[in-house]
Amino acid sequence: MSKFRRKKGKGLQAINTSSLPDIVFMLLFFFMVATTMRETEVQVQVKVPEATEVKKLEKKSLVSYIYIGRPVAHVARMYGTEPLIQLNDKLVSEEGIPYESLQDFVLFEREKLPEADKNKMVMSLRIDENISMGKVDDVKQALKRAKALIINYSARKEYREQGRQR
Amino acid sequence: MARSTPEVNGGSLADIAFLLLIFFLVTTTMDIDTGITRLLPPEPEEDQETEVQVNKRNVLVVLLNRSDLLMVGGEVMDRLDLKEKTVEFFTNPMNSVDLPVMEDTEVQFPPGSSSLLPPDGMWRGQVSKGVISLQNDRSTTYGKYLQVQNELVAAVNTLRNDFCKLYFDKEYDALNTANPIEEEIQTGIRKIYKMNISESAPKNIGGRN
Repeated sequence: MSKFRRKKGKGLQAINTSSLPDIVFMLLFFFMVATTMRETEVQVQVKVPEATEVKKLEKKSLVSYIYIGRPVAHVARMYGTEPLIQLNDKLVSEEGIPYESLQDFVLFEREKLPEADKNKMVMSLRIDENISMGKVDDVKQALKRAKALIINYSARKEYREQGRQR
Repeated sequence: MARSTPEVNGGSLADIAFLLLIFFLVTTTMDIDTGITRLLPPEPEEDQETEVQVNKRNVLVVLLNRSDLLMVGGEVMDRLDLKEKTVEFFTNPMNSVDLPVMEDTEVQFPPGSSSLLPPDGMWRGQVSKGVISLQNDRSTTYGKYLQVQNELVAAVNTLRNDFCKLYFDKEYDALNTANPIEEEIQTGIRKIYKMNISESAPKNIGGRN
């Protein structure tokens, strides 16, 4: 009996926390390696469609993003709710077909790449699934003219059962 | 002997690390970009007026109208039947006269890479001359368009994968392009099953808008 009583009397022992920083640093390094910096604020709502044949986009440095979708709430107050195009982080506010802006955008982005990679530039099209193809076709025509021919239709991975689903 | 330096209090180290951790949690994203990569056809030269004559049987017209209805080769079709149809179109298993011409072709693979190929690695067989013409209306929704695009790509990928498994006992996607032999295999398979999907200039299909 006296054994137990003695322990109780000493009270709670402090937990040794000297390894806590190590644990947290480990977590920190994990997140630093596994994630990428959020570079652009997307000002249009984009819900990309699902597809089964998607592949990972490699070499992020070669990729430029084109977003097409309806503006998010705080942007919609300025520009209305019609679908807009965003090039990397710049919102194209003009009406109609932004051939000029797209051409400039492609030239600007191509200029940033090293000489050897200039023809490997990938345009990632992040387009909302409810946008009509007219707008998409216009962008594709403009990209064709600007000779940015490698495009990537951004899509989420869709897992389908073997066999067919209806 | 020098005075011993007082020990640094490490108690706040955890707090600092937590702060950094939370900063990274907030400012970074984890999503990996995935998508379907396609090549746009180059813009034709100004003076070049090319009207390529293609045999009618070599073309499969895939039409998406403004109400997102799919028509393949003249008949209305469900999206999920498209893959099968495309595979049939590209292989022409029954040697039908309505499906594309199969052309005798030789494709060079690395010698000795497969037991099913002759020792010099030359594949002799038939390659389809088929082209898929994908057409859409300006009012077609993008989601539907991509689904159709996906089915077409899926069909070609299946054919490539089956060939790769049969001859090289490997998934097509698992081929490592950094390895010159496997890259040659991939190039060879691409010659046999081409991604022949043409997209015509957009137009309004179905009259009134």
